[in-house]
Amino acid sequence: MDLRSESDIVRARQAVRQMAQELRFSLVEQTKIVTAASELARNTVVHGGGGAMIMEPLTEGIRTGLRLCFVDQGPGIPNLELAMTDGWTSGHGLGLGLSGAKRLSNDFEIESAPGRGTRVTITRWK
Amino acid sequence: MAERIPILRIGEFLLVTIQGDMHDQLALTLQDDLTERIQKENSRGVLLDISGLDMVDSFIARMIANISGMSRIMDAQTVVVGMQPAVAITLVELGLTLPGVRMAMNAERGMAMLRAARDAEGNAIHDNQD
Repeated sequence: MDLRSESDIVRARQAVRQMAQELRFSLVEQTKIVTAASELARNTVVHGGGGAMIMEPLTEGIRTGLRLCFVDQGPGIPNLELAMTDGWTSGHGLGLGLSGAKRLSNDFEIESAPGRGTRVTITRWK
Repeated sequence: MAERIPILRIGEFLLVTIQGDMHDQLALTLQDDLTERIQKENSRGVLLDISGLDMVDSFIARMIANISGMSRIMDAQTVVVGMQPAVAITLVELGLTLPGVRMAMNAERGMAMLRAARDAEGNAIHDNQD
């Protein structure tokens, strides 16, 4: 789904909540991945200049998971290490967007370079 | 979706109930509206009911912290009530414990805290006059 505006952030949360419910995630697990999605969707809209979220349910043996990928073609992040630091903020928020989303996920991957956009992939296993 | 979150007056206090999906703009508008109402109505406290929120991310957490801080420097207390357990667990994991923000389990206890804070202050003024 497209992430272009503030209301898309809300739509992304709703879509992730619905998918997590369908996968029978517990309420706490649902809340964690929805919160992580909200942080990352806001990054995509505010810092990435818009982009997209891709949702993918996963099955691995008896494990069930949900993978979310946030992609933008924005300015990219020049210093990834710095951007991942707690309390580091480029603007609004509390500087916990990326680091917080990482803590709320089981797997976290980020690819970004100046001028080449950003791609963040998170997975939460049930 | 409503453009604004309603702010109700109960005596010297203001009551705000947040329900449904919290757009970023809605959160910012609420901050502005609340500070205006505190001043206009000479409010002594704000009861912020977040029992209807199924998610609090860092943006909404910042709004809560801002409301609490702004009301304090305007001489009004804010008590946040009704946080869902799953939201509390997630917030702590996110790295947010909202220091300085007063919390209560439910509206009744929150209201009692606001009254106690108001009365304590009234007594202090009275003592000084004696």
